[in-house]
Amino acid sequence: MRVALRELRRRPGRFGVATGVLTLITTLLVFLGGLLDGLFLGSTGAIRAQDADVLVYSAFSRDSFLRSRIGPELRQEVERVPGVEETGGLGLALVAARVPGEEEPADAAVAGYQLAPEGVPPTPPPGEAWADRRLEADGVRVGQTLLMGPAEVPIRVRGWVEDTSYLLQGTLWVAPETWRRVQSLSRPDAAVAPGVFQVLAVRGEGDPADLARAIEAGTGGRTSALTLDEAVFSLPGTAQQNRVFTGIIGATLLVAVLVVGLFFVLLTLERTGLYGVLKAIGASSRQLFAGVVAQAVVVTAVAVALGTALAVLLALAVPPEVPLQLEPARAGITALGMLAAALVGSIVSLRRVVRIDPATAIGSAT
Amino acid sequence: MSAALDLEDVRKVYRAGEGEVVALSHATLQVGEDEIVALLGPSGSGKTTLLSIAGGLLAATAGRVLVGGRDISGATPGELTRFRREQVGFVFQAVNLVPFLTARENLLVVDEIGGRRKGPESRARADRLLEELGLAHRAGNLPGQLSGGERQRVAIGRALMNEPRLVLVDEPTSALDTRTGTQVMELIRTEVKGRGTAAVIVTHDTRMTRWADRTLHIDDGVLSAVPAAGPEGGDAEA
Ligand SMILES: Nc1ncnc2c1ncn2[C@@H]1O[C@H](COP(=O)(O)OP(=O)(O)OP(=O)(O)O)[C@@H](O)[C@H]1O
Ligand SMILES: [Mg+2]
Repeated sequence: MRVALRELRRRPGRFGVATGVLTLITTLLVFLGGLLDGLFLGSTGAIRAQDADVLVYSAFSRDSFLRSRIGPELRQEVERVPGVEETGGLGLALVAARVPGEEEPADAAVAGYQLAPEGVPPTPPPGEAWADRRLEADGVRVGQTLLMGPAEVPIRVRGWVEDTSYLLQGTLWVAPETWRRVQSLSRPDAAVAPGVFQVLAVRGEGDPADLARAIEAGTGGRTSALTLDEAVFSLPGTAQQNRVFTGIIGATLLVAVLVVGLFFVLLTLERTGLYGVLKAIGASSRQLFAGVVAQAVVVTAVAVALGTALAVLLALAVPPEVPLQLEPARAGITALGMLAAALVGSIVSLRRVVRIDPATAIGSAT
Repeated sequence: MSAALDLEDVRKVYRAGEGEVVALSHATLQVGEDEIVALLGPSGSGKTTLLSIAGGLLAATAGRVLVGGRDISGATPGELTRFRREQVGFVFQAVNLVPFLTARENLLVVDEIGGRRKGPESRARADRLLEELGLAHRAGNLPGQLSGGERQRVAIGRALMNEPRLVLVDEPTSALDTRTGTQVMELIRTEVKGRGTAAVIVTHDTRMTRWADRTLHIDDGVLSAVPAAGPEGGDAEA
């Protein structure tokens, strides 16, 4: 093993190609992970921020905000379900916002709320909003008045909140009546009457999944109740995005396994003479294989460090409309995935190392 | 009597394609605890084969091989690895140093792969051996930066590193001029005798045999105390 590590230090050039390829694979993985996180986090912020245990939709809405309606009477039924402690109405409207001084309108989600989500202050007065920081990139500033939708409903920005966007659009957190105005004026076909919300955020006791089942049962099947995790994955496209990206990331890791495997098998073939001599003077296959694994792990670790740094640098050049979000946790998972790939890949060399006959030392020259 | 090496009626047949090559036939040989035996014979006579069998690198086709009284004929590859690590010091015909390690590190490898010594003790032994071999000033050089004779001496140092019971040296002087060859042989003798180690030294140069206690001849796989053309078989012939 010591010998293997010394070889790495003395002959770094030999490992250059493998390090380079693995570096690029790491960069690719970090980017893919960043896009996945950017899409996922950017799509789900408004739901993840909910300080609630369960979200209640009307039945047959297929768990979609836009199709769901909860009137006062259904809400009372929910509130009567044992375990339910507090409910708050939620409504979302996706509209374009005219930003003062900007040519292009900004895509925004106007969210009327009663229970303050995490990181969002209590409901502001009508006509005002807490704006998601994402809107800053569209030229939105605190103190401005935005004009929402074709009816140009004015909303004044009071301050910023973080990580609450919905389907990659910055959310404006407003009073329920402000949301109803925006919704009814911009989508007359989907107007909402006073007292009506799309979804109820429910706080209660016990396991959220049990609470959700109890609410569905207690409302006689007129609701569909989801835990926050379920609600996140019921957002349009979220589950599919996750599957597609997980698939691509998995395939890329497989390529990393093949690169490590092929590279070290070739290296092992090239080292038949050296390994023969080391075996002849008493090295075991296990020791030699441990050396191969150590080299694979070190080469991969270096590649992960370089590749992650490269990804961070390249990310600076990515335009802001690309939903790329580099998360430390994702970098950690990528690093672990790559190291696992290195271990699996180096196992391919095991048979080669074991098969080398110490008698090859008799004749071979260095 | 306890012999460092005891070959009893050893036979080695190589299968080469269709045919067979009998590289050793009925080789019987005893080497005493601190005896140096020179093995003299023409190219292809079976010298390297005999060394390899004695050192547990090759399995004999028939016969018994005892090193330090222990029979290694039926040992598993793992047992042989350990045997080589603990009991044998090899100097290969092609020298075979690790090319990316310095002279000193080539010696230290022996302890790193499971020798008895560790750390400072190991470094002290390596330095002492290099000193004795006249290589102290070359300790930090890679094999590629050493002359043939220096490489040969590093290989000798590596063979002695594990304090072997038996040192097997294959053609230490074939690539060297007479003066360097003589130096290397002198060194081997000093090192081996100074440690009470047994040694078999293969050569095809008769001038080198004077450093040995005893000389055996090998021709076409047959051992004898005198050259093959001589009148009769010697004490080592079966
Ligand atoms: N792996 C092998 N397969 C087949 N034949 C072999 C093999 N190794 C050696 N031989 C044959 O066995 C015979 C003895 O070989 P060996 O290497 O022991 O000779 P040697 O005395 O060491 O020769 P040299 O002085 O040239 O090194 C030769 O005829 C050689 O061709
Ligand atoms: Mg030979």
